[in-house]
Amino acid sequence: MSGTIYPHAVGFVAGDRPRIVTDRFQYHDAHTMERFLATDGYKGLRAALAKSPTEVHDEVKGATVLGRGGAGFAAGVKWGLTPQGVWPRYLVVNGDESEPGTYKDRLLMELDPHQLIEGCLIACYAAGLSQCFLYVRGEMALAQERIATALNEAYAAGYVGKNILGSNFSVDIVLHWGAGAYVVGEETALIESLEGNRGMPRQKPPFFPAAIGLYGKPTIVNNVETLANLPWLMRNGVEAYTAIGTATSPGTRMVAVSGHVKRPGVYEIINGTTTFRDLLYGDEFCGGIRDDNQLKAFVPGGGSAPWFLPDQLDLPFENKLVSAAGSMLGSGAIIVMDDTTDIPAAALTLTRFYAHESCGKCVPCREGGTWLERIMRRIVDGHGTERDLDQLLEVGEMICPGAFPHAASERLGLGAVPFPYKMTTICFVGPSAYAPVHSALTLFRDEFEAKLVRRNLIPVTVGAGDDPH
Amino acid sequence: MARLNEANAVLAKEIIGRYPRPRSATIPLLHLAQQQDGYVTDEAIKHIGELVGATSAEVLGTATFYEMFKFEPVGKYLVNICGTMSCALLGADELMHHAEHKLGIKAGSTTADGLFTLEHAECQAACTEAPCLQVNYRYRYRVTPADLDKLIDDLSRGRLDGEIPPHGTVARVRQHIPSDRAVGAVAPEAVTGAPEWTPPSPEAKK
Ligand SMILES: Cc1cc2nc3c(=O)[nH]c(=O)nc-3n(C[C@H](O)[C@H](O)[C@H](O)COP(=O)(O)O)c2cc1C
Ligand code: SF4
Ligand code: FES
Repeated sequence: MSGTIYPHAVGFVAGDRPRIVTDRFQYHDAHTMERFLATDGYKGLRAALAKSPTEVHDEVKGATVLGRGGAGFAAGVKWGLTPQGVWPRYLVVNGDESEPGTYKDRLLMELDPHQLIEGCLIACYAAGLSQCFLYVRGEMALAQERIATALNEAYAAGYVGKNILGSNFSVDIVLHWGAGAYVVGEETALIESLEGNRGMPRQKPPFFPAAIGLYGKPTIVNNVETLANLPWLMRNGVEAYTAIGTATSPGTRMVAVSGHVKRPGVYEIINGTTTFRDLLYGDEFCGGIRDDNQLKAFVPGGGSAPWFLPDQLDLPFENKLVSAAGSMLGSGAIIVMDDTTDIPAAALTLTRFYAHESCGKCVPCREGGTWLERIMRRIVDGHGTERDLDQLLEVGEMICPGAFPHAASERLGLGAVPFPYKMTTICFVGPSAYAPVHSALTLFRDEFEAKLVRRNLIPVTVGAGDDPH
Repeated sequence: MARLNEANAVLAKEIIGRYPRPRSATIPLLHLAQQQDGYVTDEAIKHIGELVGATSAEVLGTATFYEMFKFEPVGKYLVNICGTMSCALLGADELMHHAEHKLGIKAGSTTADGLFTLEHAECQAACTEAPCLQVNYRYRYRVTPADLDKLIDDLSRGRLDGEIPPHGTVARVRQHIPSDRAVGAVAPEAVTGAPEWTPPSPEAKK
């Protein structure tokens, strides 16, 4: 391990689990061209170029490589959604990683940039994408430096650019970087930003980027981890890939576990079969809750996800099962709260985040997010009233009408409301401001009530017409 | 210096040349301007507009959307302390209070000597290393108050000059596409057909 840069995030090399995307992390020089070439580097590209683009595309479809950016949509299917005969087509790589709790794409970019470049090339070859823009989050200086260095080396060695490895496959990969705005991670906002505009999401439907994207042309937006899977897949084949995990969730995925566990870290786990309990308590993973405290709750899929309780620990990392249980796997980020956690205060940190990151295009998100933050702040500061709790739910109803997903709780005698929700906003930022509020209030209402101003403390001598509030 | 200097104007043209449409270079050029002057000046906005074919208002409209761009001088070191959930659960608030005390300023302001600007930041994608911070976008992980004191002292004495460039410079390595290897960017409307390596479309096969 490169001890100085990653003193703690060593989880990914522990144990003998399959390592599809993190295998090179065991070398301190994994980011160099030498190490990459000495460890099967660019062999996946060679394997792909030996086949027709259609064959490569079919393999990616056959392997069901699920998107790792949040929605979990199969990459091979997405590539097939570009309209026939419309050119050019672009690849935009989403390296904007900023969902609270999420920490994996940055590691892939910093530690193994050539693997990502190789994945981009395979995608371009298969889907006929003639230029690739690698959009890295603005605040990630080291990731930008590592990718720039890797691209310079790869161009010089003939892996990127004109007539790659002497073939008729030619593609430029352009390193592009942002300047700090969470919502730009949303794929249509990413495209707006790449066109030089404010990063505000576009209304969709009617047009998804695969049909009308960058400069109005068909554009595939894929997450960094999604693309990083492709070199291994090309080298080892569909059968080897689908032998790991389950039929609906094959392969592995990277998961960051943060908060109150003994060994927070980034782990590459087996899709579909590893459970939350394995991950939080397993000796080869997080090793239990800090100080041997009790687990109170956890966020299972990034800050946007409704919360889970110890009741849900035995669920595996499988999209459908987690949706049915009232949340989502999202971006592979688990935030753990032990029994010392002040729940309303914890929820406020997320609501503040989404309220702050609203782009302002939709009223329910712009106004509702701010309202939620203010009311939560008032409650946490000890000035809230019973009326504030109702108001939180009323604001939530404006952003997400109808039943909002939540977990089942034996303690509260609650059944699960499955994911997803209805929403009145263009993108998920508005609902994400509400999700932590709704989870906290539904599962831990007593903690909110304990913070409210006691009505019986209001002096009984208030004169007529005086408003006690 | 306020407009891009000669060397940076050359670099700007190289960057613009990589995109099918010049305006896509707006954010990279704003970074270039900020690297040159430490913040984005009005003259640089105007110059970037000329280079990418946009009005100053359009460039400014884009620039103000993004948090990294500053429109007045900030400290040589921008210290961003993360306060989002994972960091908050492990002491981010205490760390911020400590930093405010150590630097003698409130978050959102700059020390009198112009050396430090302190800011509240949101999730920095280092959540397993909480609480964390960035100095000019270089990470510090699992930061204790003692670590913070040492960091500030080291920065003040110039001991970290090799590792942390002054505010404005993000990546110190740039991509350069050699002209003999470049495919070259083509305006989307100038593309007439499928790329060479793609299989003939079903219609063409008939
Ligand atoms: C508000 C918002 C923020 C998002 N942020 C990211 C992000 O930082 N990185 C990412 O890969 N996907 C992010 N997504 C998901 C993208 O819109 C998109 O679905 C994804 O990049 C597609 O890649 P995939 O199919 O390979 O997962 C975000 C979505 C929303 C609504
Ligand atoms: S939901 Fe919020 S962030 Fe998303 S488009 Fe609407 S206002 Fe912008
Ligand atoms: S919450 Fe602080 S880095 Fe993610």
